[in-house]
Amino acid sequence: MKGMSIIVKKVSQLMAGLIFMYGIYIILHGHLTPGGGFAGGAIIAGAFILLILAFGSNALNLKKEIAGSSNTESLAVLMVVVLALMALLFGSKTFFFNYLPKGEPGALLSAGVIPLYNIFIGIEVAGAILTIFLALVIFKEESSK
Amino acid sequence: MIVYILCFVLFLVGLYGVITRRNLIKIAISLSIMEFSIFLILVLIGYIDSGLAPIVDPGGPAQVYVDPLPQAMVLTAIVIGLATTAMLMAIAIRLYRKYKTFDIREINNLRG
Amino acid sequence: MELTISIILGFMIIGAIYALHAKDLLSAVIAMGIVGYGLVICFLLLRAPDLAIVQIVVETITLVIMVAVVLDSTRKELEPAFDRKSLFNRIAAYVIFAGLFYFFLLAIETQDPLGMHSLGMADRYVTGAVEQTGSVNLVTGVLFDFRAYDTLGEAVILYTAALGATTLLRMKGKK
Repeated sequence: MKGMSIIVKKVSQLMAGLIFMYGIYIILHGHLTPGGGFAGGAIIAGAFILLILAFGSNALNLKKEIAGSSNTESLAVLMVVVLALMALLFGSKTFFFNYLPKGEPGALLSAGVIPLYNIFIGIEVAGAILTIFLALVIFKEESSK
Repeated sequence: MIVYILCFVLFLVGLYGVITRRNLIKIAISLSIMEFSIFLILVLIGYIDSGLAPIVDPGGPAQVYVDPLPQAMVLTAIVIGLATTAMLMAIAIRLYRKYKTFDIREINNLRG
Repeated sequence: MELTISIILGFMIIGAIYALHAKDLLSAVIAMGIVGYGLVICFLLLRAPDLAIVQIVVETITLVIMVAVVLDSTRKELEPAFDRKSLFNRIAAYVIFAGLFYFFLLAIETQDPLGMHSLGMADRYVTGAVEQTGSVNLVTGVLFDFRAYDTLGEAVILYTAALGATTLLRMKGKK
């Protein structure tokens, strides 16, 4: 599909960077403010969808994009399971135990293993939503040729 | 009490759409409306009067907070609703390319 | 609080009824947006900011995907035929709704009015949660520490949906 006019392209270049940074902020402060992994991951996917809609699918190499997002998502899910299995080695030897030290509540580096879970779940949600959208765009491209 | 009954009326509107509409897109929209009504009724059960949002102030006195357990359940359910709707849309566009219509009765007759 | 949420629910019901009877598919998809965004306002009034953020972003993405599917095809809806089969469907639907409504009224007879402390498990999750999990946000603590299995299941569901969409929308080997 064709892209949009040049005003839309320039404004979306500016806004996509800001939205991406906002998504990272919401993921990292998931244990202090409302938000967390799911909200931040969906916001990051929204930044990428904005870029794809503004520039059109002619300006991208779609096969490489979907390979990249699909591999990223799979690796993130694998890291979540690895983090949960590593809890079998420490502490009270249960699956999903919170084994890293909990600092004082309210600091950024606190709450044990929860910030790591937030980061990996956020990457996974962003990758999954982007893969679904890219599969739809590729299907519309190839079937209208 | 009237809030719960209105939520159930929204659920019944969605169920009416799933039963009687013939267009596949309208069936997907009605399924989504049913899910929204259930999210609202779950969060309504956990609400406490003059309770605060569940973010604790670590140095202050103990307050009354709204119940966080239904909120965690609904958070999971919202993302699952997105996954279901996306799969239904993929099936719908695939059916349209093959049979050139969204009508489920004509697809039933044309099949094969 | 009950009055405000009832008014917003009234708007949502009107939007939902219009979405079912719209003649144009694009209007139906936009009317579904009324229900979704009204839900965001209800979540903000019920002191649930986590849910409001997730619902507003997910609703926008759902609307983008649905418009992408609808715009690519015919937008006219066929006329509802008043033959015997559809009339029988409607009458059966009304009878089922009457039965379901009666059972729902039975179920909420013993429910407390809105705002009273009705769930008993909340005390065990709120008191002592900050020392046990270390996180100040109670919903994140419940999601990732007390109930981490549900989060793992949900990550797997999203992964399966992405896999299923990639497999369904594949054009290799055709023609």
